[in-house]
Amino acid sequence: MNISIISFIALVLVSIGLFAKNVKTIIRNIKLGKDIDRNDNMSGRFSLMAKVALGQSKMQARPVVGILHFVVYAGFIIINIEVLEIVLDGLLGTHRLFSPLGSLYTFLISTFEVLALLVLVACVIFLIRRNVLRIKRFFGKEMTSWPKTDANLILITEVLLMGAFLLMNAVDSQLQNLGSEHYTQVGSFPISGLLIGVFQGISEHSLIIIERSTWWFHIVGIFAFLNYLPYSKHFHILLAFPNVFYSKLTPQGQFTNMEAVKKEVELMFDPNADPYAAPPEPVGEPERFGAKDVQDLTWKQLMDAYTCTECGRCTDVCPANITGKELSPRKILMDTRDRLVEVGKGIDKNGKDYDDGKSLLRDYIKEEELLACTSCNACTEACPVNNDPLSVIVDLRRYLIMEESKAPAEWTGMLTNIENNGAPWQFAQADRLKWKDED
Amino acid sequence: MSELKVPTMAEMMASGQQPDVLFWVGCAGSFDDRAKKITRAFVKILNKAGINFAVLGTEESCTGDPAKRAGNEFLFQMQAMGNIQILNAYEIKKIVTTCPHCFNTLKNEYPELGGDYEVKHHSQFLQELINDGKLTVEGGSFKGKKITFHDPCYLGRANDVYEAPRILIEKLDAELVEMKRCKSKGLCCGAGGAQMFKEAEKGDKEINVERTEEAMETKPDIIATGCPFCMTMMTDGVKIKEKETEVKVYDLAEMIAEANDL
Repeated sequence: MNISIISFIALVLVSIGLFAKNVKTIIRNIKLGKDIDRNDNMSGRFSLMAKVALGQSKMQARPVVGILHFVVYAGFIIINIEVLEIVLDGLLGTHRLFSPLGSLYTFLISTFEVLALLVLVACVIFLIRRNVLRIKRFFGKEMTSWPKTDANLILITEVLLMGAFLLMNAVDSQLQNLGSEHYTQVGSFPISGLLIGVFQGISEHSLIIIERSTWWFHIVGIFAFLNYLPYSKHFHILLAFPNVFYSKLTPQGQFTNMEAVKKEVELMFDPNADPYAAPPEPVGEPERFGAKDVQDLTWKQLMDAYTCTECGRCTDVCPANITGKELSPRKILMDTRDRLVEVGKGIDKNGKDYDDGKSLLRDYIKEEELLACTSCNACTEACPVNNDPLSVIVDLRRYLIMEESKAPAEWTGMLTNIENNGAPWQFAQADRLKWKDED
Repeated sequence: MSELKVPTMAEMMASGQQPDVLFWVGCAGSFDDRAKKITRAFVKILNKAGINFAVLGTEESCTGDPAKRAGNEFLFQMQAMGNIQILNAYEIKKIVTTCPHCFNTLKNEYPELGGDYEVKHHSQFLQELINDGKLTVEGGSFKGKKITFHDPCYLGRANDVYEAPRILIEKLDAELVEMKRCKSKGLCCGAGGAQMFKEAEKGDKEINVERTEEAMETKPDIIATGCPFCMTMMTDGVKIKEKETEVKVYDLAEMIAEANDL
């Protein structure tokens, strides 16, 4: 077994091992969330996933970007069939293992090349949109240097990977032309064929070095990219599927009825309950009303945070954000993810009961942001992966009001009115029918 | 002053009757001066169509919507359970309401707490009356008027009701003009999520002004809506823009009532 096969096997094992470890951490972090049942209506969930995740239906609300995104996505997935050949070649020390497929092989590689070019062009357009046209939704206060760099790194990596793939095929064709040993005659391909001229007159030895370099660059790049995913917003390419599958299926306007509250209210309404009975001994830690930190959210809300790809469609349609308020739904989910990563690191370092004294509320998200929300559902409607930032906002509001009794003075008045006279304003319930006799 | 027939559930029960539908008036519809006009307009239509309905009257209480959106789940459920006890005691099966917030809460959030009713927004109810031939609408003073419809979030996105209000506007022989952000992309008026009951957070513009400006771009004669809170926000927006002589803000029920000379 030669050194190149050994290094290749090592590359594959290390890459996959490292990726598995990071994915395990993410799953562990998501499971820090509270339980919620999203296993109803399986067939509805599958068709939703087919439509929204696989079919990217919500991306098409903005058709130009929608189509370009679909090209990158479809292209990237289909081209990865080629990676299978590359991996097998690497492991077996073969070259173009699938070439005996003959004309089918030519067809496949030609298709991959066309797609590679399209992906490359789309990524360049995306880079221009972000860095030259500076589309507004890619900016905003939560888009600090890392989120911007992350987005550019992803696009540049895809350009480089696609470039390496095309270059590799071009050099390969030239080596075939020279009759170089080991380079199977598969002919030239439509896109890389255009580049052959560049390599005229270069010695066979140099060409082999270039071909091997691009081959290694391409495959090492792909494995490196795989391991970059868990640190990046690009993880959405994997999580979009389960995230859409476990979407909220009830009407968007329906908020959850908190179970813990229901038990208490039912007891208050129970005519048979003994008003003088001593409260039952609490079992375990009392449940917190609403969310102060990420562990108070559900696993689905935490999955939302990891799935968010920071596209900013939510913030772009948020009435509060449009009118200059502090609230940005994208920031709510990015903060949730960043805090969850921080909590996860704390657990890795100091054990599972570690408390760093920080929380999602206030250390990340300010009250002012939460108070600006009109609960209009524009953000949830716009999200291409069915994230629900509104539910996080509401859970944080619940904590503020029910645990800290903290509300703007006007809300306190409104709530007192509802409690006292059954209306948000100070009108007597006895006057509720007065409209009948007015004109 | 026309006499409205508004039987209460208590009166109905005392005389051994059961209404076909309960009209849930809501707090705005009961107390807000502008919204009371919507309530009266809707009752006029119900009277004209001969609908066997009733209201809870003084037994009605806030659904708890603003408490829930503000984060006070406890108060919401207290309100909900209290209302459900009354509704169930009267054996209510069907509810119609002129408020999308009440509509959403009654329809979606009450069933889990023991209150299961067929709930309709008045736009849907009016459309049914027309379809069933119980109500006829001719354009009247609205014929040929340019009307833009502002989708209330809790009717549209929250519950996917986009068509009923538009069908009603078309019945008025009016020209329906859509805003750039409409239907599922409609922009909030700024009142939802209990914002109605507090000053907006610091920003550089009021949401209702942003929305009113967008409505104005369609050069409408009338901004129509189907929510008492949107009504307040859009009316204020038009006032701020000093356009109240050119542009009127109406609820769907008011237009249907006026077209029927009610």
